Amino acid sequence: MAASATRADALVHARGLTKRFDKLVAVDAMIDFDVQRGEAFGFLGPNGAGKTSTMRMIGCVSSPSGGELRVLGLDPVIDGPRIRARLGVVPQADTLDMELRVDENLLTYARYFDIPRDVARARTQELLEFVQLKDRAKDEVEPLSGGMKRRLTIARALVNEPGLLLLDEPTTGLDPQARHLVWDRLYRLKQQGVTIVLTTHYMDEAEQLCDRLVVMDKAKIVASGSPRSLIDQYSTREVLELRFPIDAAPALDGKLEGVAERVEVLPDRVLLYAHDGEAAASAVHQRGLRPESTLVRRSTLEDVFLRLTGRSLIE
Amino acid sequence: MVYRRTWKGGMFVSFASPILFLAAIGIGLVHTVGGVSYLTFLAPGLLAATAMQTAFVETTYPVMAKIQWLRTYDGMLATPLTVRDVLGGEIGWLVIRLATTAFAFFLVMVLFGTVHSLVALLMIPVVVLNGLAFGAPIFAFTATQRKDKGFPTIGRFIITPLFLLGGVFFPIAQLPPIAQGIAWATPLAHSVVLSRSLAIGGMNPSALIDVAVLAAYATLGIIAASITLPRRLVR
Repeated sequence: MAASATRADALVHARGLTKRFDKLVAVDAMIDFDVQRGEAFGFLGPNGAGKTSTMRMIGCVSSPSGGELRVLGLDPVIDGPRIRARLGVVPQADTLDMELRVDENLLTYARYFDIPRDVARARTQELLEFVQLKDRAKDEVEPLSGGMKRRLTIARALVNEPGLLLLDEPTTGLDPQARHLVWDRLYRLKQQGVTIVLTTHYMDEAEQLCDRLVVMDKAKIVASGSPRSLIDQYSTREVLELRFPIDAAPALDGKLEGVAERVEVLPDRVLLYAHDGEAAASAVHQRGLRPESTLVRRSTLEDVFLRLTGRSLIE
Repeated sequence: MVYRRTWKGGMFVSFASPILFLAAIGIGLVHTVGGVSYLTFLAPGLLAATAMQTAFVETTYPVMAKIQWLRTYDGMLATPLTVRDVLGGEIGWLVIRLATTAFAFFLVMVLFGTVHSLVALLMIPVVVLNGLAFGAPIFAFTATQRKDKGFPTIGRFIITPLFLLGGVFFPIAQLPPIAQGIAWATPLAHSVVLSRSLAIGGMNPSALIDVAVLAAYATLGIIAASITLPRRLVR
């Protein structure tokens, strides 16, 4: 959490935020964060960690069970409609209207914001161009690909020119090409000064897009910072991945001790956390171990998550 | 906006089904009931029943789709709109839908010569209210459902029996006493007798009670929906 963050200039300010559904605690009282103007802020965590509940509270469609929450300097419980007028929301599941054409989806949505028709029409053109759907303007929504629907949902979220854009798992279920296109558009929005809050369970997405993020697990925030600082803090510069024959794992006991700062034995591979991966690899060989494959890579947020929770992110 | 894309089908049904029904039953049966031709007796009843069925259709599957299957309401609630706005819009749309189908039916009645007075135009607000008396409570029910299993049940145990036995095809007085009691406890019977009296230019003596029953069902339904819909959508 940036120490300089003050309540006055944070677009989203949360302290001790809690959400309960009957007995299930979706978000625990430990949730503290501030989102600053112009940054891309991420919630990273596995399914069920409480990301969506947090997003719904920020989006003023779910009221907190406890704690303090300010969005755009206002109280969501009192000023929900006023806040929502200035938010763009991309929900986890697309909520497009299948009865309407592509452009009508944007025009109708603009009406909900009381945007005059001629303004809405001009903006629809711009936005469809921005998300590269201009030639599909008059088409039905249903036959569009998942990536196109996602882009249309993003265009719809921008129809009121929001200063704060909330995206709940923007690229889950999309193929790599479609993901990169979405990332590219989000990056451009950030360049234009739009503040972005997103949830994801993809490490690469968080690293690509987020200036700052919090790692959530089991309804709590377990770490926060920039992707780089989290890796520096919770992981090593490099990681050596070793794969051994399936029955060789028990024989490893203790043999890897001291080769790296930390050893993580996963069902399918062994991870050695070291500043210098190549050096660790030769140390392993000197000890007479013959892995089937060795791979040296840089640390990612995946490693941070593994370190913090003892589990991989996507089970 | 949505209706703009489906209106042709809707209009066709609005006109075609009353024409077919009145032609099939009304012309085939040439008896008289209570001093008027069977066609004149039947038409206002069918008008009221049509409003009931329209309301039933509009407030079950389409509403379920917008709550759960397509999550249209979730999309709307991410804007300055509130649940109250959404509910108001749906009720308003239901009224428009009921009024247009009722008006189409009315034109068909004129065509068949079963309208005997200008007062008959008052049938339209009466059956719109009747539609709300069914639609609003069913909407409230739909907002509590996670699956669509309950809808055929409403159709089988409420809508169809009322259509067949609720005073549309023959006077309720011919039913056994218990069944009469049940029929009078529902909005349809009140809407039917009131519409029937208006069609021939009169006014049912119990008109005030009839309207009060319809209004009570509609009001309670709207109140119930304004509790169940927020409970469903805002968690």
